[in-house]
Amino acid sequence: MPWTKIQVEKQEPVFDASEGQNVRKLSYGEAIREALDQALERDPRVYVMGQGINDPGGMFGSTDGLYKKYGLERVFDTPLSEEGILGMAIGSAMAGLRPVSIHNRPDFLLMGMDQIVNHAAKWSYMFAGQVPIPLVIRACIGRGWGSAAQHSQALQSLFVHIPGLKVVMPSTAYDAKGLLITSIADNNPVLYFEQRWVYKHQGYVPEDVYSIPFGEGVIKREGTDVTIVAVSHMVIESLRAAEELEKKGISVEIIDPRSLKPLDDQLILKSVAKTGRLLVSDLSWKTGGFSAEVIATVVEKGFHFLKKAPVRVAFPDIPTPAGHVLEEAFYPGVEDIIEAVRKLMGK
Amino acid sequence: MMRSGNIPSDKLLAMYASLLKIRRVQLKIEEHYHENAMKTPVHLCLGQEAVSVGVCANLKTRDMIFSNHRSHGHYLAKGGDLKAMMAELYCKETGCAKGRGGSMHLIDKSVGHFGSSAIVGGGIPHAVGAAFAFKMRKEDLVAVTFFGDAASEQGVFYESMNWAALKKLPVIFVCENNHYSVCSHIDVRQANYDISMRARAFDIPSMRVDGMNLLEVCEKSQAAIEMARAGNGPYLLECVVQRWRAHAGAGDPQKEQYRKTEDMDESRRRDPLKDFTAYLLDHRAAGQDQLDVVDRQIDQEIEAAFRFARESPLPDPAGLEKYLYC
Repeated sequence: MPWTKIQVEKQEPVFDASEGQNVRKLSYGEAIREALDQALERDPRVYVMGQGINDPGGMFGSTDGLYKKYGLERVFDTPLSEEGILGMAIGSAMAGLRPVSIHNRPDFLLMGMDQIVNHAAKWSYMFAGQVPIPLVIRACIGRGWGSAAQHSQALQSLFVHIPGLKVVMPSTAYDAKGLLITSIADNNPVLYFEQRWVYKHQGYVPEDVYSIPFGEGVIKREGTDVTIVAVSHMVIESLRAAEELEKKGISVEIIDPRSLKPLDDQLILKSVAKTGRLLVSDLSWKTGGFSAEVIATVVEKGFHFLKKAPVRVAFPDIPTPAGHVLEEAFYPGVEDIIEAVRKLMGK
Repeated sequence: MMRSGNIPSDKLLAMYASLLKIRRVQLKIEEHYHENAMKTPVHLCLGQEAVSVGVCANLKTRDMIFSNHRSHGHYLAKGGDLKAMMAELYCKETGCAKGRGGSMHLIDKSVGHFGSSAIVGGGIPHAVGAAFAFKMRKEDLVAVTFFGDAASEQGVFYESMNWAALKKLPVIFVCENNHYSVCSHIDVRQANYDISMRARAFDIPSMRVDGMNLLEVCEKSQAAIEMARAGNGPYLLECVVQRWRAHAGAGDPQKEQYRKTEDMDESRRRDPLKDFTAYLLDHRAAGQDQLDVVDRQIDQEIEAAFRFARESPLPDPAGLEKYLYC
């Protein structure tokens, strides 16, 4: 197996702090591209496909030029047939390949739900572990410029609900590469959700092939008063909020679970045991979402740690509006986190 | 009625054995279904057996097939293990899916059967994906998907044909048109009954054949499979068949309430086993004594499989959460 002898990293040695340091920095998209490049090079069973991946833009740079290096047999454009293409990917996985299927937006994955939920998620259990489906589904959550209700949905909670799937949401370039390597090396279907605005960020990314284990979150910032569990772009918003809160004397601990399923509940519980206060911000709607799952888990396993009722900083339960004034009102951000933390602290 | 063919006699005899086995296994399932020991929905393919047998007679062991909820015939015709199938119908730990799949989810990887889907149309793109893998690895293999007329109403059928045609993949789309989607006749569902012609939109060659005629299915599918194996891309074979029983379960207790009058007419009922047996004897391709030997062997095999299934242990509830991930 080409994936058994790779370096395993658990935590990014430097995050954002790499500013001014003499380390190699890549953007989020470049980090994904490097992971794909190394996976294609290492394993002839890996192939990468998606509508528009060979476009001049190279899927926000994340697939740029890969087809020139590996040929159109292994890196190719597809028709916009999510159900058929995901089914094709699953069939090829049954026959021994390791597909990476790229989708511009999670909104479009809904056309492929039958293959994801009824097939990919079920094959291992339904056939008693005889047929692995090593399938990676990448999709980038949109935001801004009037993306509106059908190009901005963060649908991770739908997939977290389904047994048999794994769900990851890297927030940094470092995690983007390491988690994509792990996803490709995994023998199960993995949903890999990006977010358009985290593409703006650069960070330290080692040149070597490395993997980040699923189910291991990281403490992005240590603190003592409040635990924030944040996902994807909300990690960045939370880090900014924490800086402001520090000035007001409030010490915030930020946990990025990185993989939503499996979830590192021990890391979260350990933090809540210390702080007694929990805020969850999962880049999605409030009702029935991943944030509710995190809070339920903490209440079930660590109720006695809690000094205050946990809170969610989530999208309001409405579709995303297009107009920028409404859009701004729709998305929670730094200010919402600051306000919620201050309320938790009774300040 | 039957046409003569150039099929060697050992292949004819093997097809007879396969046809008879599928028939007898299903009659036996039906006979015992009321005992409620097979606690899984069964979709019998009685009447439709010739399609599985005729197509699979032309496949190699490593060629892959993709089946559906009406799964027994495909599994057995491809050479799937009968004991493991019956144990699965009894939901036993010794079943082909260790009692996790049931009748609709049969699997035998050793003969190129990697699991059947019970979502109508769901297995069609899997065959296309397997064919894609064969082509990528430059393997001399084909993939076959078996599906019904109702699956031809799913969008994924057209998406799959488009991709298979575009990439010239070695996949055979085999539609078993029995005219009924559960109880809904095709005339309340489809604007044009001819499913085979839909392949033309993708420049895929296709043919509509008499699915009750084993020799015809065998010869036409052989040509399609050879073309695909030679690198000429996909083929759609529509086999018109009669479903003798209800959508699911034993018998067809509500037939008066949903079947077309002409489908109720017993004189129009065709029997692929009876016709093929007559063909073998009339053309001296096999003697009655040879067929009798096959009959006895199959009955013994079925008896042994049912005994194995009944005597096998049920899954241990402690293993409930096993196999979620690979």
